[in-house]
Amino acid sequence: MAVKKRKAASRKAPSAPRAKSSRKQSLLVATRKGAWIYHGDAARKTWRVDGPHFLGHVVSQLMLDPRDGRTLLAAAKTGHLGPTVFRSLDRGRSWKEAARPPAFAKAPEGEKGRSVDHTFWLTPGHRDEPGVWYAGTSPQGLFRSGDGGVSWEPFSPVNDDAEYRKWMGTVQDGTPDGPKLHSIIVDPRNPAHLYFAMSGGGVHESTDRGRSFKPILQGLEVVEGFDRSDPSFHDPHCVRLCPSNPDRLYQQNHCGIYRLDAPSREWVRIGRSMPKRVGDIGFPLVVHPRNDGTAWVFPMDGTTVWPRTSPEGKPAVYATRNGGKTWQRLDAGLPEKQAWWTVKRQAMTADAGDPVGLYFGTTSGELWSSCDEGRRWSCLARHLPEIYAVEAVEFP
Amino acid sequence: MKVLIPGGLRSYTERSEVEASGATLGAVLAELERLYPGIRFRVIDEQDQIRRHIRIFVNGAQLRDLAQPLKASDELVIVQALSGG
Repeated sequence: MAVKKRKAASRKAPSAPRAKSSRKQSLLVATRKGAWIYHGDAARKTWRVDGPHFLGHVVSQLMLDPRDGRTLLAAAKTGHLGPTVFRSLDRGRSWKEAARPPAFAKAPEGEKGRSVDHTFWLTPGHRDEPGVWYAGTSPQGLFRSGDGGVSWEPFSPVNDDAEYRKWMGTVQDGTPDGPKLHSIIVDPRNPAHLYFAMSGGGVHESTDRGRSFKPILQGLEVVEGFDRSDPSFHDPHCVRLCPSNPDRLYQQNHCGIYRLDAPSREWVRIGRSMPKRVGDIGFPLVVHPRNDGTAWVFPMDGTTVWPRTSPEGKPAVYATRNGGKTWQRLDAGLPEKQAWWTVKRQAMTADAGDPVGLYFGTTSGELWSSCDEGRRWSCLARHLPEIYAVEAVEFP
Repeated sequence: MKVLIPGGLRSYTERSEVEASGATLGAVLAELERLYPGIRFRVIDEQDQIRRHIRIFVNGAQLRDLAQPLKASDELVIVQALSGG
């Protein structure tokens, strides 16, 4: 495919908003059996539940459009029915289905085409492009909407490109839930500057609004014995851009935790400084809204057959305050032992409060929160279905 | 013709039984889509294949081909496959 030379984004990043004590947080919780919205008080101590929405639907993500503060998109399917996207223009009071959900192009006669199993990831577009949204699917595909999520078009330069198709592999090359295209990121300085990641296929960057993409693999490790120059063997789990410094990316990968500081194109493995008995494998990664040195991860057991549980049944968040030089265990309030859940890649998030509030949802259906950047945790809700995604939002 | 709708699709039709016309299965599904926007993609994927856990029967016999001819007197049943636990 055509690849253009990377052009450094030059516009200054907008400063991340700092939540005043009177601003109320809400949490958008997507689960295997529906979606819930939790509305918090100003102190983030008590929460009012709204839901379930779409009871029985597998909801991969529920996302607010921060540009209007009222449009919600939900990526949903059921065990039997095909995938769709639901839209609400009134903060979840009513929902309407997208007229044309993400779907691959129809294959030419005689060729086998791909069909979307589920939309996995939703990213609102740049603030200067109202109505633009991006979606990632399983099997891996990239889609764009220009009308607020009503209709979606496939990104042919990715979905139909022979080289990208090779790197994506087939459904059989992915995990049992299917390979995911995720971590779609729009540079807040420049709407033409995009990133995405594939759970089988690496991290990719575009500087021309998605007309062409280029892999960023240097420095990333792969499973022993495989060729690290081949994107097929790279498994990024979660990539985040720092709002306060959009030249800095953090990545939780199948093979460790990394940081990249543009214009360098080399990832640096910062997870080596994690405790050896915990390791640096996990799914989610969260960045601080105003401090590019601070990030949080939720390690899991990635040994032997990959149990994907908290290491030793002792869940903990780990934080770095210095870009990954050192890590601090944050487990006060969390179960001390025999807790075998973990946190999926979209199920951990931060608000813009001061101090930052952190939230995560577990595979066992618990929703946990911290009002002090992870120093102390409390359980906000129990007995939900398996939690797939948690987003912290502020409704105006 | 009469089309029986499974529970999972009644959010579109609001009824368990609807009427739709068409000379083929594909035409009937297109008519259902016109009447109940969004319903077809939940049943048929973008490659015009019946989805993995959906079954469609006409007069008790399973259909797999959208080009299958149908008569106005036929009864079509859309079913969510029974599986899992």
